[in-house]
Amino acid sequence: MRAVLDISGLSIALPKGADRSHAVRNLSLTLQAGQITCLIGESGSGKSLAARAIMGLLPPRVQIDKGVLQFGAIDLAHATPAQMRGIRGAEIAMIFQEPMTALNPLHSIGRQIGEILRIHTKLSAKERRARVVELLDQVHLPEPTRLLNAYPHQLSGGQRQRAMIAMALALRPKLLIADEPTTALDVTTQAQILTLIHDLQRERGTAVLFITHDFGVVAEIADNVAVMQHGVLVEQGTRDAVLRNPQHPYTQALIEAVPKLDPPMRAPIPPIPLMLETHKLRKTYNARGLFGGSGTIALDGIDLALRRGETLGLVGESGSGKSTLARAITRLMPIDSGEILLSGHDISRLSRAQMRPLRKRIQMVFQDPFASLDPRQRVAEIIAEGPIIHGATPEAARDRACELLAMVGLDPSAADRYPHEFSGGQRQRIGIARALAMDPEILVADEPVSALDVSVQAQVLALLEDIKQRLRLSMIFVTHDLRVALQICDRIAVMRQGRVVEIGETAALHAAPQHPYTKALFAAVPGAQWAVHDGPKDV
Amino acid sequence: MRAGLKRFARNRMAVLGAVVLLLVLVLVLIGPVVYPQGAFAITGKPMQPPGGGFLLGTDTLGRDVAAGIALGARTSMLVGVASTCVAILLGAVIGGLAGYYRGWVEIALMQVTAFFQTIPSFILALLLVAILSPSLTSEIIAIALVSWPAIARLVRGQFVALGGREFVLACVGLGAGDARIIFRHLLPNCASPVIAVGSLLIATAILLETGLAFLGLGDPNLMSWGLQISAGRAVLRQAWWVCTFPGIAILLTVLAINMVGDGLNEALNPRLREG
Repeated sequence: MRAVLDISGLSIALPKGADRSHAVRNLSLTLQAGQITCLIGESGSGKSLAARAIMGLLPPRVQIDKGVLQFGAIDLAHATPAQMRGIRGAEIAMIFQEPMTALNPLHSIGRQIGEILRIHTKLSAKERRARVVELLDQVHLPEPTRLLNAYPHQLSGGQRQRAMIAMALALRPKLLIADEPTTALDVTTQAQILTLIHDLQRERGTAVLFITHDFGVVAEIADNVAVMQHGVLVEQGTRDAVLRNPQHPYTQALIEAVPKLDPPMRAPIPPIPLMLETHKLRKTYNARGLFGGSGTIALDGIDLALRRGETLGLVGESGSGKSTLARAITRLMPIDSGEILLSGHDISRLSRAQMRPLRKRIQMVFQDPFASLDPRQRVAEIIAEGPIIHGATPEAARDRACELLAMVGLDPSAADRYPHEFSGGQRQRIGIARALAMDPEILVADEPVSALDVSVQAQVLALLEDIKQRLRLSMIFVTHDLRVALQICDRIAVMRQGRVVEIGETAALHAAPQHPYTKALFAAVPGAQWAVHDGPKDV
Repeated sequence: MRAGLKRFARNRMAVLGAVVLLLVLVLVLIGPVVYPQGAFAITGKPMQPPGGGFLLGTDTLGRDVAAGIALGARTSMLVGVASTCVAILLGAVIGGLAGYYRGWVEIALMQVTAFFQTIPSFILALLLVAILSPSLTSEIIAIALVSWPAIARLVRGQFVALGGREFVLACVGLGAGDARIIFRHLLPNCASPVIAVGSLLIATAILLETGLAFLGLGDPNLMSWGLQISAGRAVLRQAWWVCTFPGIAILLTVLAINMVGDGLNEALNPRLREG
């Protein structure tokens, strides 16, 4: 085995005033040719900065403090900018999380990939073109010759990521750095991209540094695993050793927090009474622009029923209409036709004023804990706002807000602080408290944990479950993550292209999915064959 | 906001501007005390050079130039601040309505805004004062009426951007009405850029006021820097000090406000902030 990059004693200093002095402290790691090393950690662990240090692309005022990055004969930590330019793209390539922002929207795919060849090789225009077609073919993009002239926005997310991989591998680099390359993708697309990276890397003997926060992904493709916490490498080893027998308590906790792909036993929920029903719900987004063609059908005749006391999961990939459905049910988005029955009464045609008294009964928790709280309001004001709108006195509403803070596991002293002073998980708790302040009967949670780290995710899920039991709520839980859905939902509705393709009790759905799409979803869950807690079944 | 002030304090040019501005404000406050006889009083021989009995000399009628500058500062600051406040109010309402309701409301209001922007602002201000007859109030109204479009466009842009944020949706979900969403949530969230742009508007307003006064369209009963320059321009070659000192006062004040405005803009506008 041959070391491609030998990192020893790497420390990266943060500017003064940051929450810690070093983003990465004393990191030593060796990347071998032909192997995938997964660098795993939660947000703020320093994993992405470590990768950017290798590329010489640290943000301004962040610097390598000490350490050696031995890449062949060159120490990347002390390479000149000219040396780095020669290495970047040619010998070390990088792929990013969001292929849409990493590609230039004004250049065609062919031109962007060709550009790398133009900078680093002496190929003629015709040879470059042939090479680009060959590369696009290798990453299994359909009709490579036609794609040469396509622009990034004309490709799907998965196709863009394939184009990025083609670009990264154009010059057969010795090292590929992949920074969460599949996090923004749907689970079925993610599975394809992981296979692609794995196959290409094996074929060419490329060393890969794969940065991720997802143990499922690690189980899927890693040869070696390195776990980072607060800038320190706490554990490293082969995949089997780390996943099966983690030594460090942090690694153990992280693995423990991964939701099991195995639903817990749940008492069945009686099919009546029904809290909420939808009948033939339809919604079409109009095409924009003067001559826009047909619109996008977001909801295509949805019939659903929410039983009292149950958690109904809406599972699907992006564009399946699950978030649209959540917003339609809460009347935050108008529908085209159909009915929404709240305890038997149609609310789909009520005016905003008529709807106002009913808002208390159905409340929403949003996905993005950073966007869903007004940055200019104090926490107590945020939570008390709903009751005040509905006639509570400010004093009573404030007292209630403090009670609710305690209920969602925050200190009452949080009441007088602003949202930016809290972490993502804490903000999500504030969002939950805001919804609970209305004493709702139904809670609609739209991807409430997908923006959170896995350990925080587990805590917020436990909180939702606990609150649901204590307050006897019914809940609609929207998620793209089957693992999460299996843990928290009584029933799951699988959505695709605006339709519910399958609905059933969680355990039954997991044991015997009927619809081919449901089967595909289960098959695509990363690390599906890896029952984390008792080792691999067949790896 | 507090972090913004800290960033402001790190910007030396902005702090220098703030100091100059503070001096102008001191001048506004102590002017009537130091010169109780007023700026129009004839206190000595005409056209005395600076340094003699009078610090900055006297003008063609024997009025003290220093007194004119000290008391004219009040007019400039008053018109600058008052017209900017009116412009912000008007701009925030129009921009806010357009940005919140979108659709035809937005199209109509933004067309009006664009209409105002196509007319050169000084000419329009001139016309308005001429129609309203010269006085302090009509100056303020005229300057406000030519300044609001910048604020309206800014507020509209902010409202459109904020309107898609989940916290606004969350408010709708709580049953909040339009007024609550606009005044409690959207407006406070665009305060920073409005303050930054508004401070720069004060400088423009002072220049407009000076221009109006220079052309004799200022309030005839109030001393102002523009009026002083206007009175002195005929004797520019014999008595340079009559025009020069008010000119320097205008230059320093407007420069200081611009530096403070740029400082605020950098400190409060997240888009200009570097990582």
